[in-house]
Amino acid sequence: MALLEVENLHVVIDGKEILQGVDLAVNAGEVHAIMGPNGSGKSTLAYVLAGKEDYAPTAGTVRFDGRDLFAMAPDERAAAGLFLAFQYPLEIPGVATMTFLRTALNAQRKKRGEAELSTPEFLKKVREVAKKLGVDQEMLRRAVNVGFSGGEKKRNEILQMALFEPRLAVLDETDSGLDIDALRIVADGVNRLRSPKRAFVVITHYQRLLNYIVPDVVHVLAHGRIVKTGDKELALELEARGYAEYQEEAVA
Amino acid sequence: MNVMADVTVMKTAAETALARAYAQARSGLPGDGAIAAQRQAAFDLFAREGLPHRRIEEWKYTDLRVLMREAKPLATPPDAAAKARAKAAGKLLGDVECRRLVFVDGAFVPDLSDLTALERGLAVTSLAAALADNDPALAGHLGKLASGSDVAVALNTALMGDGAVIRVGAGSTIERPLHLVFVAAEKPVATFVRSLVIVEQGARAMLIESHEGPAGVDYQVNAALELFVGDEAHVDHVKIISEGSEALHVSTLAAAIGGGARFNGFTFTTGGAVIRNQLFVKFDGEDTVAAIRGATLLKGKQHADTTLVVNHIARGCQSREVFKAVLDDEAHGVFQGRIIVRPGAQRTDAKMMTRALLLSERAEADNKPELEIFADDVQCGHGATAGALDRELKFYLMARGIPPAEAEALLIQAFLGEAVEGIEHAGVREALMEVVADWLETRSRAGAEVEHA
Ligand SMILES: Nc1ncnc2c1ncn2[C@@H]1O[C@H](COP(=O)(O)OP(=O)(O)O)[C@@H](O)[C@H]1O
Ligand SMILES: [Mg+2]
Repeated sequence: MALLEVENLHVVIDGKEILQGVDLAVNAGEVHAIMGPNGSGKSTLAYVLAGKEDYAPTAGTVRFDGRDLFAMAPDERAAAGLFLAFQYPLEIPGVATMTFLRTALNAQRKKRGEAELSTPEFLKKVREVAKKLGVDQEMLRRAVNVGFSGGEKKRNEILQMALFEPRLAVLDETDSGLDIDALRIVADGVNRLRSPKRAFVVITHYQRLLNYIVPDVVHVLAHGRIVKTGDKELALELEARGYAEYQEEAVA
Repeated sequence: MNVMADVTVMKTAAETALARAYAQARSGLPGDGAIAAQRQAAFDLFAREGLPHRRIEEWKYTDLRVLMREAKPLATPPDAAAKARAKAAGKLLGDVECRRLVFVDGAFVPDLSDLTALERGLAVTSLAAALADNDPALAGHLGKLASGSDVAVALNTALMGDGAVIRVGAGSTIERPLHLVFVAAEKPVATFVRSLVIVEQGARAMLIESHEGPAGVDYQVNAALELFVGDEAHVDHVKIISEGSEALHVSTLAAAIGGGARFNGFTFTTGGAVIRNQLFVKFDGEDTVAAIRGATLLKGKQHADTTLVVNHIARGCQSREVFKAVLDDEAHGVFQGRIIVRPGAQRTDAKMMTRALLLSERAEADNKPELEIFADDVQCGHGATAGALDRELKFYLMARGIPPAEAEALLIQAFLGEAVEGIEHAGVREALMEVVADWLETRSRAGAEVEHA
């Protein structure tokens, strides 16, 4: 059985059907890329998987590791090993990054029946991860994402991913707005975590990131459906030809 | 025929009872003839005006004629049992090391207080003793700041029985915070405490006052503190209002801040059925830097009104006002803040911000910030917001594995943190954040019970 199984997923937002029957199966050990024009529903799919309110499905099922994902609250999904790197990470004034990371990690561990980390254990772990990713310790001393540049915010998402060690990480346009160095950090973070037990869904608008994170499968999402699936060559094709044909189809 | 001219407002039961209490107590209240005259003038103001009601602009949201159904009898001196019960008071400050001055049912209790090894320059006595002895410290100070047309203050002046009288001599630094612990012991009584604190030129002191009492007892507190901060002095004032669930609490800080001074005020409001917290601060001397902040946490049907008047009289002073309120259930939070910049107060830099966080759709916040500016070379501003918790932020935290109650608690703590962080004393800051954490803990437990019910 696949780690993530999405079947015939429909989502209506504000009376508009954004996802119109998405089918997707991601096995452990695989990296899937989802590409598609702006507004095609990529972030909507990511939010539905993470459990954002108002993003409830009107039809279809999603199984994560065999469990009905829609029966789980967002925090339960995270504890079960689902991670979403947000396209637009939020700023949380007044909440120290360290407090946030420790609260989150320990909440996940507690829910999984694992021992919570003591403060020294946690500090050691977070410093190790930050060092590997080349994240400045100074960033960890500030409030969550407050005053961070776009690139720093994305890096902070990758830091969280590396710290939580999820079973499935969904990266929503983590590459957009990044310079080449930042892009390498993101790709590095993903590649380090790649393992036979783990899977990634990399949502991106551009092929560029896929030079660094080489996908096993590439999907095109257009007007709420996976309209094409292929291997990494498909990404190069899209890069060369653009999304025009998929957008036209949407109008038709 | 002019009917209106003859209308006399019917006295409420509480007004009648207060008048009777004053008539009976008058001869036994401490103080000489001059004090008695002060009391009488203040009482006359009350007799004319009655209890503050909603048509008095300053009391618009807190109508005491309605909220104060009856006036409780004046407290009698605490007995041994009452004192024993008061021993545990002031514990909400955790292990912050303070010099405690304990008042039970409005009366100073030396046995529970620490008057040993007073620092050089520090003088402490009780108001009752100072009035009885005609203490020269009172002359020129008592009643100088707590005056004017406010009826709650007038009632305090008319009936003040005891309180603290503290003088910090010029240039003295008092390291240990002074903690005035006001405790209601057990009975549904009324107390009128008045304290006087004089911090002379160049002196440094931290003053904490806490007000607490038993749950379920409808006692009434009217407390006033007159605070004189001398030139170049540095004073921190923290007021903690943590009364019992049925208590009615009215308290007033009336402060005059000298030139080149630093003043850092904070009020933490969380306990009591009806709370009115009045802060009247005036800047008398030039180039003073001050911050006046507050955090309010209410639930159930609690009502708390913070009314702040900041008077910039001298030039070149900077003041920052930050008040945050977290309102749950059907609680009602009021913030009225007025900054007045007098004609001579050029180069005033004053900014006031008030924010209310509504945790329930039935909770209510009234924010009324005002600026009255009579000088031209000033920088002043104010802002007010009221709203629910940010659902996007809550989702972000939950998507990281943090359960909903904990996610809300983190956001609420962050919200209040902006005000609480202004307290300079780390121990007090942490103790208050601990109180916030307990409040949130109780809230999430109550929420869980509702869900399972
Ligand atoms: N919260 C929302 N409210 C209303 N419309 C939304 C909301 N989120 C997404 N949409 C709409 O859904 C469509 C898909 O958006 P999105 O999933 O963000 O696309 P993508 O990530 O592929 O660019 C767009 O037409 C967008 O306007
Ligand atoms: Mg998107």
